[in-house]
Amino acid sequence: MFARTSALVFAPQCGGQVRNMATLKDITIRLKSIKNIQKITKSMKMVAAAKYARAERQLKPARVYGNGALALYEKAEITAPEDKAAKHVIIGVSSDRGLCGAIHSNVAKAIKAQIAELTGSGKEVMVVNVGDKLRGILHRTHGKHIMLNCKEMGRKPPTFSDASIIATELLNSGYEFDQGSIIFNRFRSVISYRTEKKPLFSNETVANSEGMGIYDDIDADVLRNYQEFALVNILFFGMKESTTSEQSARMTAMDSASKNASEMIDKLTLTFNRTRQAVITKELIEIISGAAAL
Amino acid sequence: MMAARFLRRSLPALRQTRCYAEAAAAGGPQMSFTFASPTTVFFKEASVKQVDVPTLTGAFGILPAHVPTLQVLRPGVVTIFSDDGSAAKYFVSSGSVTVNADSSVQLLAEEAVPLDQLDIAAARANLEKAQSEMAGVSDEALKAEVQISIDANEAIVKALE
Repeated sequence: MFARTSALVFAPQCGGQVRNMATLKDITIRLKSIKNIQKITKSMKMVAAAKYARAERQLKPARVYGNGALALYEKAEITAPEDKAAKHVIIGVSSDRGLCGAIHSNVAKAIKAQIAELTGSGKEVMVVNVGDKLRGILHRTHGKHIMLNCKEMGRKPPTFSDASIIATELLNSGYEFDQGSIIFNRFRSVISYRTEKKPLFSNETVANSEGMGIYDDIDADVLRNYQEFALVNILFFGMKESTTSEQSARMTAMDSASKNASEMIDKLTLTFNRTRQAVITKELIEIISGAAAL
Repeated sequence: MMAARFLRRSLPALRQTRCYAEAAAAGGPQMSFTFASPTTVFFKEASVKQVDVPTLTGAFGILPAHVPTLQVLRPGVVTIFSDDGSAAKYFVSSGSVTVNADSSVQLLAEEAVPLDQLDIAAARANLEKAQSEMAGVSDEALKAEVQISIDANEAIVKALE
């Protein structure tokens, strides 16, 4: 087809170039690409730092609010009856976006552990995923337990209306759970967070609990409204803690990525200079000794 | 025996007189009052004298050592009387109030604003709009929404008058 194919293409042994670990060209390409990646990770760290500052600011009132919502369950020492609770729901709170360290895998691990424990004792479990990453991790192995998936988390800070939408969907889904838990990453500090579980109780559990006896006559309607509101509050609290942990984890992850990238850049620059000097030296020697260069 | 317990609780500065009536003021349970909305905290474990809340079953006032109860809020005004006698008023849209056995009160409002931040003219305008909308709506869910708007605006107007 092409006349050239018949001609002998002289493949030079080119011992000099091939003898080095990589040619100058390869090193240059690598160096450029790593420098670009470092720019990206640096800017991601800046963005995450800004979002973290805002999230932490919003977390302060949200914490007071969330602790207020949980106060009743703690003070009345409401616990789920061990034997009766047959239907369980797990709400895993995370987000859609990656590059934040072990945030999503920690929540998924906790969910998987709890599913294993509950199905082991014969209980029925359904999972609500708040955040697409959780769906990605869970749907292959635990697909049949997944009831609801929520997307578009993590782009903007979560609001009370987001939490109420999720709670409404859960309550309208028709799954009458006896007990539940919400698994989220609780923010401790810029460099640390912890995966925690908070319990959710059904209306019957609360109504029949011993500790509730001291509370002045509460009719079923009021209790149902109160419970629904508490569910939204706890969800909101979990989401706020989760975003703060996520942004701080992303900041840390991007920071270490940038540091790793700059280490690689240093090493590669040294290799590049060494290689460059070696090539020059070799050419000089060839010229001096009169060997035929290409 | 009871007197001795009260005596021990009263500050050492008090004379060692047996005075049962004093004990309630000196060592009685203080109300630990927490009032917050999702975005703002108004009171955090503060000690106040009395809180008036509007609930679905009617408005009632909460003092320290109130009987434990759970209630759901209705759009209306929350008045907080602090220890020095001053009263703070907030308008709340909805939420819940919990009074626990240890006299801690958690008032969680979905939206709460100090009364002076509300404009009565805007509230009246919204109320009229909602009332006129009510006539034209037939869908159940929409009807409930418009009714909520009417209730809330009525409460705001009543609070500001």
